[in-house]
Amino acid sequence: MTTYKHTVGGANYVFEDLRTLMARATPLRSGDCLAGVAAATAEERVAAQMALAAVPLRRFLDEAVVPYESDEVTRLIMDTHDAEAFAPVAHLSVGDFRNWLLAEDVDAATLSALAPGLTPEMVAAVSKIMRNQDLILAAKKCRVITRFRNTIGLSGKMSTRLQPNHPTDDAAGIAASVLDGLMYGSGDAVIGINPATDNVPQVIRLLEMLDAIIQRYEIPTQSCVLTHVTNTIQAIERGAPVDLVFQSIAGTEAANRGFGIDLAVLGEARAAALSLRRGADFDGVMGDNVMYFETGQGSALSANGHHGCDQQTIEARAYAVARHFKPLLVNTVVGFIGPEYLYDGKQIIRAGLEDHFCAKLLGLPMGCDVCYTNHAEADQNDMDVLLTLLGVAGCNFVMGIPGSDDVMLNYQTTSFHDALYVREVLGLRPAPEFDAWLAYMRITAGGADFRLADSLSPAFQRVLENAA
Amino acid sequence: MKPNVIRLDPWTGLRRFTDARIALGRAGVSLPTQAQLEFQLAHARARDAVHARPDWDEIETALAALGLQTLRVSSKAADRSTYLQRPDLGRRLDDKSIEVLQACSRALNANVMEQAEDGADICFDVAFVVADGLSAYAVQRQAVPLLEAVLLLLQAERWRIAPVALVNQGRVAVGDEIGALLKAAIVVVLVGERPGLSSPDSLGVYFTHTPRPGMTDATRNCISNVRPAGLPAPAAAHKLCYLLSESRRRKISGVALKDDAEVELNLATANRNFLTAD
Repeated sequence: MTTYKHTVGGANYVFEDLRTLMARATPLRSGDCLAGVAAATAEERVAAQMALAAVPLRRFLDEAVVPYESDEVTRLIMDTHDAEAFAPVAHLSVGDFRNWLLAEDVDAATLSALAPGLTPEMVAAVSKIMRNQDLILAAKKCRVITRFRNTIGLSGKMSTRLQPNHPTDDAAGIAASVLDGLMYGSGDAVIGINPATDNVPQVIRLLEMLDAIIQRYEIPTQSCVLTHVTNTIQAIERGAPVDLVFQSIAGTEAANRGFGIDLAVLGEARAAALSLRRGADFDGVMGDNVMYFETGQGSALSANGHHGCDQQTIEARAYAVARHFKPLLVNTVVGFIGPEYLYDGKQIIRAGLEDHFCAKLLGLPMGCDVCYTNHAEADQNDMDVLLTLLGVAGCNFVMGIPGSDDVMLNYQTTSFHDALYVREVLGLRPAPEFDAWLAYMRITAGGADFRLADSLSPAFQRVLENAA
Repeated sequence: MKPNVIRLDPWTGLRRFTDARIALGRAGVSLPTQAQLEFQLAHARARDAVHARPDWDEIETALAALGLQTLRVSSKAADRSTYLQRPDLGRRLDDKSIEVLQACSRALNANVMEQAEDGADICFDVAFVVADGLSAYAVQRQAVPLLEAVLLLLQAERWRIAPVALVNQGRVAVGDEIGALLKAAIVVVLVGERPGLSSPDSLGVYFTHTPRPGMTDATRNCISNVRPAGLPAPAAAHKLCYLLSESRRRKISGVALKDDAEVELNLATANRNFLTAD
């Protein structure tokens, strides 16, 4: 087996394999310390980064960080690699690849053509030697557009998932949050509920409820109930109106087994959702991005399926899983997992930017749940920083929740107000179909600027009288 | 004159349907000052809940008044920062605590009731563990009322109850090691849950039959959100005692028990979706 070496001053650093080199080169985070794979010293970390910069990109096609024989995600990565797409960068080292990505003439079209030629490990490797500004600059060049009932990911747009969670799935409680969100211009990525229970009849009831709202107000968006993929398959079999299939995914077969899934069941679910033909017609082509995936650094270690890799490399491998199923939305739930994986605001911000960059470079419609828990060393100010940076980086979507407070999952994510803030300071707008709907419903004032109307949408006035 | 720059939302009446922070109004597109500061207060309380330390003396005194002996132990996580970053350490007892429990167990060895399936002696039907977890406030406010209610129900059924272990810097799984050392058939862990913005003092309850170090979550049953505004202590005690009786009768816990016995979540369906009501 090849070892990797680097000498800094008098010290000679040896890294026994690519997996170890990647782990030692990763910017500091608590999850890698917990796993025992982090660099022992700051100098060792930079020595590893220097050694990693010298590794040829081709090397990642020869040396798997998780064994090919025992891991279906590795097999997916290797077997679907597109050598032709890889050709423009095939001669580069990791360090040269960073320079290449930052060059002015590498644009959206170049990166889009390159995506099938990149493996998650190549992308993770280069991210480890990039600063936050590099991650933003390179991600901003990428453009990943997806469609179901609207168009997500266009330049100058930022969409939001309206997340109307309620601790007991109370219909009126959910409706109250949906109304609040719609009136604040939220919900173009998806109206997506985390249900309080995984009970299938309950999931179907929620699907029917969201479908009725979308149909009644002719909202150009899609719904999702974030339950296990096997529940959604059952719901489809029972005739439920499923728009998007949700599943949490990870970057190794073992970690996915911990989630109770494999590639086959994801394929089965996608086929089932496509068979419903519920996407809108876009000039004769049906919107066929029917999957919604969530990921997050640390989930593999949490399931003891990390194979001695660092959490960011494994996270990038989850994007290979996502990519295979052509999702509408992929979302890194960056600060949800807790301080044992990402300790503080600094680590959460870095991880959010890495995940967004890696996913975009691999061709995914990446969004971010900009979030934290109360036992992490983080607060609203950290979220403001990450939200603003992701807005600059061209993130496809973020969450929207009343007042940042998820009363069901007990964590804080971005609010409806936060989304309006980032749209205002960066001049971003929702998906065009949803944008037009907001103006038609007189939720927004219409016109060149994206502004909420001064008075309540007439269509919803009667609703409030009903609810009273 | 004070300019009226805040846009109020005319749907504040919908707040009766949810604790979500709806209808906050806006200053420009941003949170009005009052809503902003209320959020900051809630976050401050949740942060304090994580970093405060329980007053174990007070808990010990209250449990003594209920006739419960206590044992003071600690996990291998020496401080809060280590606890938060090293869940593995919070799941194991430190060496001194192991000695304390072994000494207690030796003193009680004459009372062996029966043998577990793996041949180990059983001296108690159940051992209760109180661990600070992620909220000192939860443990301080909910542990004693819950134990009092549980005790009333279990004593009627003549359960033999071990001394209560009070664990500093403890996570749920530390209970398995304690239950094994105390030779209890079942261990019940009362632990401070991760504080939410509106619930800094929510207690979680987990139990395992035949507790042994290294058991996974699949072997545990859980009752969460124990607090006056969530699942109040008397209701939590009834649910717990029902599950404990089933666990004792069938000698199992976890997924297998849950499937048959767990009371269905009482999902409120009384309120309609007013958005599509005609």
